[in-house]
Amino acid sequence: MSKKPIKVEAKDVNAYYGDFHAIKGINIAMEENTVTAFIGPSGCGKSTFLRIFNRMNDYIDGFKTEGEILLDGQNIYAKNVQVDELRKKVGMVFQKPNPFPKSIYENVVYGLKIQGVSNKAALTEAAERALKQAALWNEVKDNLNKSALALSGGQQQRLCIARALAISPSVLLMDEPASALDPISTAKIEELIHELKEQYTIVIVTHNMQQAARVSDTTAFFYMGELVEHAKTKTMFTNPKDSRTQDYITGRFG
Amino acid sequence: MTNSTRNRIKDKAFQFFGIFCMLIGLVFLGALLVDIITRGLGRIDWDFLTSLPSRRASRSGILTAWAGTLWILLLTSLIAFPLGISAGVYLEEYTKKSKLSSFLEINIANLAGVPSIIYGLLGLEVFVRQMQMGASLLAGALTLSLLVLPIVIVTTREALKAVPPSVRQGSFALGATKWQTTWRQVLPASFGGILTGVILALSRAVGEAAPLIVVGALAYVPFVPSSPNDEFTVLPIQIFNWTSRPQAEFLVNAAAAIIMLLFITFLLNGVAVYLRNKQQKKIKW
Ligand SMILES: Nc1ncnc2c1ncn2[C@@H]1O[C@H](COP(=O)(O)OP(=O)(O)OP(=O)(O)O)[C@@H](O)[C@H]1O
Ligand SMILES: [Mg+2]
Repeated sequence: MSKKPIKVEAKDVNAYYGDFHAIKGINIAMEENTVTAFIGPSGCGKSTFLRIFNRMNDYIDGFKTEGEILLDGQNIYAKNVQVDELRKKVGMVFQKPNPFPKSIYENVVYGLKIQGVSNKAALTEAAERALKQAALWNEVKDNLNKSALALSGGQQQRLCIARALAISPSVLLMDEPASALDPISTAKIEELIHELKEQYTIVIVTHNMQQAARVSDTTAFFYMGELVEHAKTKTMFTNPKDSRTQDYITGRFG
Repeated sequence: MTNSTRNRIKDKAFQFFGIFCMLIGLVFLGALLVDIITRGLGRIDWDFLTSLPSRRASRSGILTAWAGTLWILLLTSLIAFPLGISAGVYLEEYTKKSKLSSFLEINIANLAGVPSIIYGLLGLEVFVRQMQMGASLLAGALTLSLLVLPIVIVTTREALKAVPPSVRQGSFALGATKWQTTWRQVLPASFGGILTGVILALSRAVGEAAPLIVVGALAYVPFVPSSPNDEFTVLPIQIFNWTSRPQAEFLVNAAAAIIMLLFITFLLNGVAVYLRNKQQKKIKW
């Protein structure tokens, strides 16, 4: 497509919940500093597939992954990979905001603290940078010690984004990050994604076609555990190759 | 009569029933407290708190008993809480759901219902005889630790369960290890609940006489224990001893000692409620 290097690549990935075959032979490559949108009807496996990239499925009993996921060419499912190291490079924002029951500041610096950073000045600086990147700084700069649980839903979600950015990952996975938010917060987060693209490779799951069209460079359409089509977002929305994609984006099912 | 008025009447009826039930409990408790306080409060003075027990009721004090009670509480806390909280954390956060884990779960819950005298017998055999600790504070505290462990484990697990899984996921997703997640997120977030269990356990331990008598705690100890290896008595045993004397003055002593025991219990509960409320104000999911 273009000359950007490939950041993340899935090769023949199959995944199972016990006997249930949830992800069926998926191959996909995501280029550096692009936004890829995952779309598809509910239950088609978008979240499952997204969690494969930071191995969050490891905690689900009976879950099994086959195939290779390459991050900068290295298989993240290789035996010698430490998941906690992997997750410092691949951050995640969840569908429902899940701030820690601590202060705003503590939320943002948590990822650094567990890496052993204890220098107060470094932490404060990192917190400010991350909160600015997540467009939350102006709203919270005077109350950094306030409980994160006292923020609004949209603020909480931006805090979760800031928290993920604070440890400077290179890939950011977002599972319907705006689904619980009002239009203004949603717009803020979309704007944010635009800016973050400069530094991060972003994958975003969304049910909102307009959102996919607005924020993403490429779009991947999933159906019943398969990757039906992955193309430039413009091409996908104007001229889909597969009839199922066509049906889905025009709202004929899903 | 319409359906909704009928429902409202039922609602009211149940409210009155509830208030009635509560009053029964309160009235009895109130009567007991009034009785104890009118009899015992006048007996409490500095001498009573700082005197050794004696054959003469008027010269008897509860120094050894309350010192023993504090010793026992301290040692039991040091033994039971690290063990119980760790076991609760392990069972809740680390074990996979399996037949064995649910078997353990049921049995720990059952252990909480075993009569305390059985724990006394266990303590007598294992700690006092096999491990040759004698009728020491340590043997008593170990026995009470066994007694309260199930309470601590069960309440710890409940407290951990109340922490939403999304908190753990958020922590893992930032590269935290299981240990870091448990230690820095889950435990602090469940602190209030765990504390409740801890205090429940202490309140239980502070009132126990039977298992300690079986272990060999004495009614008459003429010195304040100075190490965990010393012999000891505790307030409930002292009270039990005094109430079984024929002279009325000893009953007054018993009432006064009961007031002190209640005071310690209420103090513990008060601290717990205070800390828990403080915590709950911070964490509202
Ligand atoms: N923990 C689990 N155990 C068993 N099956 C699961 C589990 N999680 C998801 N599944 C199944 O895997 C399939 C894919 O689920 P997934 O959550 O990935 O879908 P999704 O595309 O993200 O859906 P949605 O758009 O509703 O979020 C579904 O059929 C679901 O029932
Ligand atoms: Mg999903």
